[in-house]
Amino acid sequence: MSIKGKAYIMGAFEHPTRLAKDKSVAQLHAECALGALQDAGLTKDDVDGYFCAGDAPGMGPVGMSDYMNLKLRHLDSTEMGGCSYIAHVAHAAEAIAAGKCSVALITLAGRPRSEGHSGAVPRMRGADAPDTQWEFPTGVATVNAYAMCAARHMHEYGTTAEQLAWIKVAASHHAQHNPHAMLRDVVTVEQVVGSPLIATPLHRLDCCVVSDGGGALIVTSPEVAKQLKRPKVKVLGAGESFKGQMGGQVDLTYSAGRRSGPIAFAEAGVTPGDIKYASIYDSFTITVLMQIEDLGFCEKGQGGKFVADGNLISGVGKLPFNTDGGGLCNNHPANRGGITKVIEAVRQLRGEAHPAVQVKNCDVALAHGTGGLLGSRHAAATLIMERE
Amino acid sequence: MADTKERAIPAPLVNPETEPFWAAAKEGRFLLPFCVETGKAFWYPRGVSPFTLGKVEWRESRGTGTIYSVSVMKRAPQIYAIAYVTLDEGCTMMTNIVDCDWDGLAIGQRVQVTWKPDEEGNPYPQFKPA
Repeated sequence: MSIKGKAYIMGAFEHPTRLAKDKSVAQLHAECALGALQDAGLTKDDVDGYFCAGDAPGMGPVGMSDYMNLKLRHLDSTEMGGCSYIAHVAHAAEAIAAGKCSVALITLAGRPRSEGHSGAVPRMRGADAPDTQWEFPTGVATVNAYAMCAARHMHEYGTTAEQLAWIKVAASHHAQHNPHAMLRDVVTVEQVVGSPLIATPLHRLDCCVVSDGGGALIVTSPEVAKQLKRPKVKVLGAGESFKGQMGGQVDLTYSAGRRSGPIAFAEAGVTPGDIKYASIYDSFTITVLMQIEDLGFCEKGQGGKFVADGNLISGVGKLPFNTDGGGLCNNHPANRGGITKVIEAVRQLRGEAHPAVQVKNCDVALAHGTGGLLGSRHAAATLIMERE
Repeated sequence: MADTKERAIPAPLVNPETEPFWAAAKEGRFLLPFCVETGKAFWYPRGVSPFTLGKVEWRESRGTGTIYSVSVMKRAPQIYAIAYVTLDEGCTMMTNIVDCDWDGLAIGQRVQVTWKPDEEGNPYPQFKPA
């Protein structure tokens, strides 16, 4: 059974806040839920399926379901880090196709900025995780794990810091048009490579922002979608995968997108050449570069050349990406970029992106993300959507 | 050259599954886990083989290898280098490079194990240029 055409994304909402010192995480989740429901033209009592991940306070989906006083017949708390919400869209489509729910709500929220998080500080990812005793003492943070991927990519393929910088430059060109973006100044390649080194070879401007906020999505059955007034975004295909250290056969040159991407393209019945707009998880510039290769937008090792010279800038290059400014400039709520990736893809397919970055004739779009660390172990999820 | 002040190493949370490794470490021996069925070394250490989920045996490593990738953390109270080192036995482990020139570290560089005290004073394996 395929999920192709079995479900529609009918509501999408990105919380405008980037600093929420006076709000709780649960409150942000609920505000996002309301925003997405209002966008779809539904109310909370229409929701019969709820999806959330590790950022939701309380036990799995139970705490937030009670906080929002939902009446549910389907619950899913699949936890795949930052890409969870991309996978949730696919899981919601599966549940809808199986008749388990007809209006699925997906929420994400967090306030790492208010709480003083930094990707440069080693973070204990569970004292009982089997890798913790071997890796936490090394001082592995987020940025230096991705930096090791960048260093290896440069070593194997000759990728340069300037090529990586083009990814940030493209994101900044888009963010200048987003009034909610944390960083709205257009930057140059020289500014990126001239910014301080955080973890070699990554500079400060190779890193995403730390922001508070959140987002929510509403996925419905075709029957419900027909009754709503918003433009219909059809789920065409999805894929998910995982990549780790393979028992010590470490290979940092590729991500789990190498597997999730082809699964999604096969189900959707499209190829990378059909994608008019791509949301690509951008925790760091190297994250984007590796995933573009792994999804088949260019050959492995050619990502540096592909992203250079504005090729990711809407209206300029061949693959407009992250037209909201992405995690690099706009928003990275809860340190998890998955939901904003889907939201901007929905805006593009509806024709509701900012006019300065709206892709013409945007009929097919992709959202892809990873969760965890590319430098150690991570999940990946790919979603392909079509405007109907 | 290396900073005189070094980063404090958090003490690993040892469990029964990996106790042989840390017991040998206290004697200055670097043990590696091997999959009994395939004969292959693996990392990180665990009580089952990641290749078969079958039995594991510990053997002493030569403690030598090559840097697979490395990153020097500049934005930290004390600069430190994180790396993946491919041991001569064939598996690659996340570790630190110490007693080195931060700017001279490179992929492909030969390194050897060195034991440094963690916050509880127990020996913790890191690598230095060979």
